[in-house]
Amino acid sequence: MKPFAFARPADVAEAVRTVAAEPGAVFLGGGTNLVDHLKLGVARPDLVVDVRRLTSREVVDLGDGGVRIGAAVTNAELAADRRVRERYPVLAQALLSGATGQLRNLATTGGNPLQRTRCVYFQDVTTACNKREPGSGCTAVGGSTRNHAILGTAGVPDPTAAGTCIATHPSDMAVALAALDAVVHVQGPAGERQVPFQELHRLPDEDPSRDTVLEHGELITAIDLPPLPAGARSAYRKVRDRASYAFALVSVAAVVPRDGEIRLALGGVAHKPWRAHRAEEMLRDAALTEDAVRAAMEAELGVAQPQPGIDGGNGFKIPLVARTVVATVRDLAPEA
Amino acid sequence: MDAEITLTVDGVPRRLTVDTRTTLLDALRERLGNPSAKKGCDHGQCGACTVLLGGDRALSCLALAVAHDGAEITTADGLAADGELHPVQQAFIDRDAFQCGYCTPGQICSAVGVLDEVRRGWPSSATPDLGADPELSHAEVAERMSGNLCRCAAYVNIVPAVQQAGGVTP
Repeated sequence: MKPFAFARPADVAEAVRTVAAEPGAVFLGGGTNLVDHLKLGVARPDLVVDVRRLTSREVVDLGDGGVRIGAAVTNAELAADRRVRERYPVLAQALLSGATGQLRNLATTGGNPLQRTRCVYFQDVTTACNKREPGSGCTAVGGSTRNHAILGTAGVPDPTAAGTCIATHPSDMAVALAALDAVVHVQGPAGERQVPFQELHRLPDEDPSRDTVLEHGELITAIDLPPLPAGARSAYRKVRDRASYAFALVSVAAVVPRDGEIRLALGGVAHKPWRAHRAEEMLRDAALTEDAVRAAMEAELGVAQPQPGIDGGNGFKIPLVARTVVATVRDLAPEA
Repeated sequence: MDAEITLTVDGVPRRLTVDTRTTLLDALRERLGNPSAKKGCDHGQCGACTVLLGGDRALSCLALAVAHDGAEITTADGLAADGELHPVQQAFIDRDAFQCGYCTPGQICSAVGVLDEVRRGWPSSATPDLGADPELSHAEVAERMSGNLCRCAAYVNIVPAVQQAGGVTP
């Protein structure tokens, strides 16, 4: 592990100034992903700035039925919060489907959405990876692609191009937050701003090294959940290679209001939590029958690009994610 | 780069100097001579290094010691009080819940954490109703202990041991 200096600033403002002033500085939250990356050589910071005790560790009511989650609230605490379990079951279920008890006790609200892909080539410093080393290429293309993206990749990717990346975002929590239209509070060198959760994560475009729209030195301080419409039901469904403690092959976060617009976010299929806007549009004002949901997902997945691979590739994800959405909506809207 | 920190380990405050890169696991084992927590994968995947950190189960291999200056840590070695085994330790013996024993200190710390989480009403992904308090069923224990791997596959006895320690007849 490369040596690094360690700082524990007195407050958020000092932490932001400290990281902004040092290009090789990183924030440390729960550390469950960063410390692993320090060991693997994937992260090689000069300065680690501990922010775990600087932001709120409370979930507070916003008065309109929504809640504000402090960035230091652990994944375990958030999943156990009675308001989250009652009002936002999709979020509690997503959190509980991720990692293990020991990890959820460390992992934080601010850190979880910023965890990095579990693409094996990203984590293996002996291989080319545009996300880890911009411009080096993408070893995942044609490699082991079972856990890789089918959406948001432009056509059949060129493994030598600098913009190529077929990695998926690994967070379950983030998929639920995308469906809940959460809002991220960010403090940075230029002040505070709010980022709609759907806009937090990026597609690879020409720079796969950037997972999010956050600038260097910007820190997540809280995440707001707006209230859901009265009578709305929500759920998270995750499909994985074993029953517990595995990342999603595919997952879906669904919010089904009594009347109104269904919201669908997909995990395990793209570089970011994928809001299925096209499917949502097709289902607007429609009865949520199995046929309607299946047709909407077929339209959503019309642009899906299966990746061939030495492990058989990931084309199985296309029917799998469609069926997972159908099953999830059927559970939430059984009368349709 | 060195940092001076204090860790209270199994009730005893210990002052030590660590490199900023030192994990809590290495601080315990190699600086403080407490080999209770084990190094399995060292990447947060096996659970052998599980300790109670401020009362909550956590992976000591993914925690930087310097970031936990002032923390109270309980290892499996510190669970027994006045020569009496902790109920979880006794249950592991009663139920023959180990073979080689390498994962056992982590399993036991994790189980202590699980029982506390269930007492607090924390749900898991095996909890049938998120609105209700969880019960210590087989499915609940298996799900909650899924972060602790056992290469001897003693799971079939670990689950009943955790249930027994939680006052449930397996």
